[in-house]
Parts: sequence; structure tokens; C-alpha cells
Amino acid sequence: MKKFIPIVLAVLMLGWVLSGMVQKSEAGFHFREFGKLPILSGGRYKPFDALARTSLLQIRTRQSVSWKENGHWKTMSATEWLVEVMMKPFDADDRPIFRIDNNEVLALLKLPDNQKYFSFRQIMPGLDEINRQAERIEGIEAAKRTVFETQLMKLDEALNLYQRLQVTLKPPATDDFAAELDAYQKNIVPGIEALKAREAGKKYDEKAFNILVNLMTGYKTVSQYALALTIPPEDPHAPPNAWQNIGTNLMQTARTGEINPAAKDYAAMVTAYRADAPADFNQAVTAYRVWLADRYTPQLHKASLEFFFSNFEPFYKAMVIYILALVAALIYLLFPAEWLRKSAFYWVLLALVIHTIGIAFRVYLEGRPPVTNLYSSAVFIGWAIVVLSLVLEKIYPIGIGLLAGSCAGFSTQIIAHHLGVGGDTMEMMRAVLDTNFWLTTHVLSVTLGYASTFLAGLLAIVYIAMGLFTKRLAEPWDTGTKLGKIEIGKVMAKMVYGIICFATLFSFTGTVLGGIWADQSWGRFWGWDPKENGALLIVLWNAMILHARWGGLVRDRGLMNLAIVGNIVTSWSWFGVNMLGIGLHSYGFTDAAFRWLMIFVGSQVAIIIVGLTPLDKWRSFQKAGGSAAAKP
Amino acid sequence: MNNPILRFFSSVRLTVACLVLGCILVFWGTVAQVHLGLYKAQNEFFRSFFIYGQAGDLKVPIFPGGYLIGSVLLLNLLVAHARYYKPGKRKIGIILIHFGIVLLLVGQMLTDALSIESQMHLRIGETRNFSEADRAFELAVIDTSGKDTDQVVAIPARRLAHSDEFTDPKLLPFTLRIKTYYANSSLMEQPMAGYEKPKITAGLGSNVYWREMPRETEMNRVDVPSALIEIATPHGSPGTFLVSGFVERPQAFQLDGRTYQMILRPQRFYKPFSIHLVEFHHDVYPGTDIPKNFSSRVRLQNLQTKEDREVLIYMNNPLRYGGETFYQASYDPDDGGSVLQDVRNPGWLTPYFSCVLVAVGLVWQFLSSLIPFLKRRAA
Repeated sequence: MKKFIPIVLAVLMLGWVLSGMVQKSEAGFHFREFGKLPILSGGRYKPFDALARTSLLQIRTRQSVSWKENGHWKTMSATEWLVEVMMKPFDADDRPIFRIDNNEVLALLKLPDNQKYFSFRQIMPGLDEINRQAERIEGIEAAKRTVFETQLMKLDEALNLYQRLQVTLKPPATDDFAAELDAYQKNIVPGIEALKAREAGKKYDEKAFNILVNLMTGYKTVSQYALALTIPPEDPHAPPNAWQNIGTNLMQTARTGEINPAAKDYAAMVTAYRADAPADFNQAVTAYRVWLADRYTPQLHKASLEFFFSNFEPFYKAMVIYILALVAALIYLLFPAEWLRKSAFYWVLLALVIHTIGIAFRVYLEGRPPVTNLYSSAVFIGWAIVVLSLVLEKIYPIGIGLLAGSCAGFSTQIIAHHLGVGGDTMEMMRAVLDTNFWLTTHVLSVTLGYASTFLAGLLAIVYIAMGLFTKRLAEPWDTGTKLGKIEIGKVMAKMVYGIICFATLFSFTGTVLGGIWADQSWGRFWGWDPKENGALLIVLWNAMILHARWGGLVRDRGLMNLAIVGNIVTSWSWFGVNMLGIGLHSYGFTDAAFRWLMIFVGSQVAIIIVGLTPLDKWRSFQKAGGSAAAKP
Repeated sequence: MNNPILRFFSSVRLTVACLVLGCILVFWGTVAQVHLGLYKAQNEFFRSFFIYGQAGDLKVPIFPGGYLIGSVLLLNLLVAHARYYKPGKRKIGIILIHFGIVLLLVGQMLTDALSIESQMHLRIGETRNFSEADRAFELAVIDTSGKDTDQVVAIPARRLAHSDEFTDPKLLPFTLRIKTYYANSSLMEQPMAGYEKPKITAGLGSNVYWREMPRETEMNRVDVPSALIEIATPHGSPGTFLVSGFVERPQAFQLDGRTYQMILRPQRFYKPFSIHLVEFHHDVYPGTDIPKNFSSRVRLQNLQTKEDREVLIYMNNPLRYGGETFYQASYDPDDGGSVLQDVRNPGWLTPYFSCVLVAVGLVWQFLSSLIPFLKRRAA
């Protein structure tokens, strides 16, 4: 009976995952279908849904909008919100989307400090002040700005993004866009004639001229500020940089004379949305998709795939399963029932499969190896640690690997989420990074080095906790497998040692490959750049642990403490060096990130100090009666 | 082998101590870059035997520098191998690893000592047969009297800081008297606070004011020197000139029927070949400013070897020629010119070999533990 519990639990979990793929049909406006429409933005093809999600993430740090109206909570998906912003900007101004945490910024804008999210309308009176401050702050180097200045610039960027989104699909004053385009079409020939006549100094049709100029002014605004190229060229064989935003496209229509069908479809959508006519809106979306299907199937296909991926949220789902597995693994430590361990194992395995599917999606959508920026490095580090942990669990079925793996799996997802808030996580690679060879060899190798050093540190923490607070470390433990009876403490020391060997190999190779890449790119193998130094630190530290162990300078407890220092070294290398604001790898970082790093480092130091407690005080190494057992 | 010195230098404790000191050094040297700048931190922490602190007026060594730790590690490695060497299959891994590391360290020390980096800035359509140093300047005195050739005498600018005058009748028929030399300077056309009027008697007009500036520490800023130089001969002087890295046109004077030019310019490295920039491309991703690729199509001409061919230099694809390597480094903001980084580094291959050796050694070493372990489990 007990044999089936793990399988049942795993199937239940799988059921939960699959249920997320089922989507209720939409009544009213087919926002999901609109969200799947392909656009060119940030240099790559993506669905509107992706632009909506990353914009909202940047502005609101969430992928949806929610607010209280008449005592009820209302929510809007990212795409719904974007449609409102682009097509009914006046209404969108009331949505509480701008996240402001900093008290000084709130005071500057005279906003209440008991709220987190504010609408554009609430912020409007302070816009001039924000502009003035932003102009001043722009001249200050990012690394030298105060918290207030950094937060204000963030708000300024969010406001900029919002206002540009508002003119991405229609000119600011336009109401019935479809009717306007009809008028535009009819007026093109007479309008151009009037323009030419006026320039030649002859008599001209004032009415036709005025209509043309008014419309053109609106289209010019869109042309300059739109954030997405939404109109594909009518010829599908034209190059990607022939895609245009709707403003540029309509301005050019004055020369060609015929409005692009895509523009007409979008205008119809705008008119229908503003007139609250879902059936017309949905019809326009469908008509556009049909037109695209004849010419731009690859873009349609990729956009649909990315839409599915974003909605499926594989990383979020994996994270939830990792948390549940962690709980199960913790309970297993105290109540070692084999069905509990197997359940946790299957859950971690299921989470890993979903995790892998997520990474595979990203690889396919980006056309790049798995690690291309900080966000994807966090996702991959989690993946690598889980894989190694499952291997360890297979070799030593004692639940320790599962504990480490599930813990790392879920915490890296949280870290990744915070790293992904800044923008498009599938952004294009800057020129020197535009090389799949080095992204695969150097970057993956170094990331595996990070992952394995973290795993060793994580196992070390478990060792110290178990040794100090439980009797399990030195008690002979019957695994019920071919392995027979083992001493958990000794086994963990072997695990940590093996993982550090792995870490040394990959961090060394990765670091040297990085140097070789730098040599191919910049002409010098090593420049003592902070990021290079960080990687070197990990190699030196891991090598030192191995030599200390070989030379008999440390035994098990010492090995564990050194491995925990490895956590500090790796977090410095992964994040700390980016915060210095110097060197070729420097990024701007928020103070929140720095604070978390310090908290993490502090926690590791605390654990090391606790780990230095004399071994005869450890619960695991005390024989019954209080006399000390032989030290390991 | 009971000699205590040999025992000390072959001990693993020394290795561990050196690695720990190395970690501290790398961390400290990284954080120091924030206020010292990369260049200065590199020299003080890594390219030195000791890090010095101030005790009153004295410079006191307070921590071993990169060269010291590296040398001791190298020595430790070699002595340990000499003492403990035992032939055997298991040892092959460790030997490969350590030999690879030795190769890496020695290669990097060679690079530090021998590598020369310079830049070639070409506008589209321009041809150059020289590259220019990033940070070093030279005082060039050019005899332009000849019909077909110019005679150039170039004095490295740092020598101007230490000498008051230059006299060498074999090279120049006059003496250069260095009245004042500023390693980093600033020039203005208006009298600003802190600026003085240099006592010029020839060359630049009277609307020049200068001052000395503190040395630069930021990675992307360079010291620009200026100097007040008098041309001295036994029978009079053509004048006292102000030369500066900011003054890009040479200043001319005549002496004994010959014409000369003088200019303070980035140090030049002349080559037996020339590079001509045919095209430069700055590709961006559609609809964005994000750079996708930078590429320079150049024409390489070597009159001696009769070579004349076109080459494409782009990101991650340098041109290796004549013992030098040319990289796509930067470009002019109007996309009308390209900057190639020119590196002469005889030790460039050592890291490649080292990487392979150490990787193979590590894999060998770990497999020789892992395989017996797996076999025991299967039994």
C-alpha cells in the first residue's frame, strides 16, 4: 500500500501542472488572441503579451494589475492592461500601476505613504518636478547616486515607458481610428496635391491640406515614440528592418497611396475597443491573423509559442513543487519513512522536468544557449544544483540530496524572479556576446562552477545543522539498499568533497575559457577585471579546500566550514562584483540587492561560527551519558 | 630530505597558505579598484612583490603582492614535485594539472613583461602603417627638409619628466631644453582660475593658458602631458614652444636652412605593413540601438612580401598578422571610423595549452577516484 503513495502524489502534482494548461474560453474581448499577435520590439519578434508582461513588470513589478473598486478586487491581465493603455489611454491613467516604495519620492510627489501603487493621474501634478530632478540626476554616475536619486530615475523611466506605450498603436487624439483611416485614404491624393500647390505658391485646397497636416501630426508622434514595430511589410520576403510602427507606416502611405491591411486591422481593433464592441474587436483580430498566416507563419508560430510559455509559467510551477518537496524532505529527516523520501524524489524529478522544459523553451525562443544574462544564470544554477542533487540522492538514498536540491531549486527561482523585473529577460545579446560558442563553453562552465560550489556549501549547512541538533550524523543508518549501513556524517563528507572536485574542474576551465574569449575579443587574456577576479577567487578557494583536505589540515567539520565560506565567495563573484560600479561587467544595482547580499553573507558567517562549536558539544557526537564520542 | 628549508618549500601547508593569501589579495585588489582605478590597482596589487602602506614618511610592506605569491607558489610546486615525484598512472593527472598551471603562470608573467598594446584609429578610406600607444606620449622632432623622406627623432614623454635637456649631435643639431613638464595637464584659451600663461616665444599664439593636473585613475581617462621646450643652439634660439597632447598639429621652425616640426603625440609603433580601412559596419538589431555587430573591412598591404589582401575584422574575430593581433575595439560616433586594438604578445598561446593540460589533468585525476568508487558500489 505504502509503495503506491509516492506514485499517487506524483500523479496528483502532474495533474495540477497540466490543469494550468487548460484555458477557459474568453467571453467578451479575446484579449488572449490579441496577445498572441507578433510584433518586433527590442530587436526581436515577440507576442504583444510579452511586451505587456515585461512593461508591467518594470512599472509594477507584477505581471497583472489589481485594484479595489466599490469594495471588490478587480484584476486585469498584462495584455488587457496594455490594450487599455494603447487604445483607451485616458481610462488607463486611473489604474494604480506605478510602484513607489521610497518615502522621499512619495514626499516629493505629495503622495500618501500607506500605498504602494499609484495611478498616472495621481502622479500627473508632479510630472514637471520629476523631469527637473531627472535632468539633474542624469549627469550623476549611476554608482554615485543616492537611494532617492536611483528610485526617482526608476520612476522616471517607468513613466517614460508608460507614455510611449500610450502612443504605440494610435495617435493621442484619435477616437474612431477606422473612420479616420477611411478619411485619410480618401484624402491622400487631394491632400498631396494641395501640399504641392502650396509649396509652389499657387492656390490650394485648404480643407484637404488641413486634414492631411492634422493627421500627419498625429502619425508623426506615433512614429517617434511608439515602442513596437507592429506593421509588417506587405512583402513577406522583405528584411526584418522593414517592419514599421503604425505611425511611420501611415506617414509613408502618403507616398504609396494604399494603406497597409495590417494598419487597417489594428485601426478596426482600436475603434471596436473604444466603442465597447467585443464582436468587432475579435473579428478584426481574427482577420489580421488570417492575413498573417498567409505571409508570416514563422513569426505567428513563434509568438504563439512564447505566449504559451509565458502563460504556462513553468518556472513558477517548478518552484511550487520544489517547496512542497522541501517540506517533505524536512519531514523525512525527522520521520524517516521511505514512502516520504520516494514522494519527495518524484516531486523533485517532476519539478526538474518542468524546469528543463522551461529552459528548453527559452533556448528555442532565443536561439541561444541557456545562460545569456543574470536572470537565466539564476534559473540555470538552480537546474544544475537539482540535477547534481538527484545524482547524489541516487548514489546515497538518504534524503540529503533531495533536501539540498529542493531548497536550491526554489530559492534560485525567487532570486531569478527579482533579477527578471528589470526588463525583457530574452533581450538581444550585445555585440561581443553575440557568439553561441563562447556562451556555451565559458558561460555554462562558469555557471556550473557556481552551482556546484553552492551545492557543496548547502550540504555543509545541512551537515552542521544535523550534527549540532540531531543524533543522525554519527548513528549508523540502514539505507535498505545495496549500500547497507552507512554513517551519514562520513557520507556527507564524501559528497561535499566530490562536489568540490567537480566545482574545481568547472570553475577552472570556465575561468580560463573566459580568458581565452577575452583574448579573442579584446586582446588580453587576463585584465584583473572584478568579474574575472571573482571567478579566480572561486577557483583559488576550491583548490585550497582540496589541498587542505589532502594535506590533512582539515577534517570533516573543517571541510564543511570551508565549503560554507565557498558560498560567500560565490555570492561575491555572482553578484558582489557587479555592484562595484566599475569594470567591464558592471551593472547598476539597487540597494535592495546589496542589502540581501549582506544578509546572506551575514547568515553564512553566523553558521560558520556556530559550526566552530567544539565537536564534543555536538549532539551527534555525544554518546549516551554525556561522554564524548571519538571525533570524526 | 630532512633539510628544513626544503621541507618548508615542499609542504602542502605552504600551498594552502599561499592560496589563502592569494584569495585575500584578489579580493582586496578588486575592492581597491573602486577608488584607485583599474590601472593603478593592477600595478600596486598584482604586478608587484609587496603592497605598501604608509608609516609616517616611510613606505612599509604590509602584504605580499601578486608576483611574490605567484613566485612562492611556483617554487612550492616545483620543489614539491622534486621531493615527492613517484612515477605512476595515478600521478599523471596531478602532473598535468600542475604543469598546466606552471605554464599559465609563466605565460602570464611573460605577457606582463613583454606584451605591448596600442591602437590604430582609421577613418574610412584612411591608410596607416603605425599604431599609437594608449597612454604613452612621445616628443617627435621631425626634419622635413628632405624631398622624399622625413627624419624623425622620438623621445618618450616620460623621459621629459626626468631630464632637463636633450643633447645628441648625432641625432639633432640643437639642444632641447625642457623648461617645464606636466605629466597631466589642461589647456585653456581663456585665463581661468589656477591657469598660468606659459612663456612661449614661438609657435602657438598668446591665447594659451595651462596648468598641471593630478594624475588620472579612472580606467577610461588618460593623462595628457604638456611641456614648455626651448630649442637651444650655441648661437641663439628659434624659440620656446609649448607642446601638448592637446595640440594635434605640429609646430614648425627653421634652423640653419633646414625646416623642422615638433609635436607631442601618442607614442607610435611603425610597422612594415599598412592597413587601409575600406568599410566599417555598425549593425543594430532592427528598431533598437542595441549593437549587434561591429566589423571593419580592411586592406592589408606589405610591400616587402608583396601581400595585398582584404580581411574582415569583427567581434571575436581578430586579424593575426606579423606577430601582432588586431581586434575590433571601438568606433567613431558617426560610424565613419574604426578603432583597432593592436596587441603584440609573444605569450598569447600559453593559456590555450594550459587550459587543455589542466582540464585533462583534472578529469584524469577525478576519474581515477570516481571509477573505483562506482565499481565498489556496483559490487
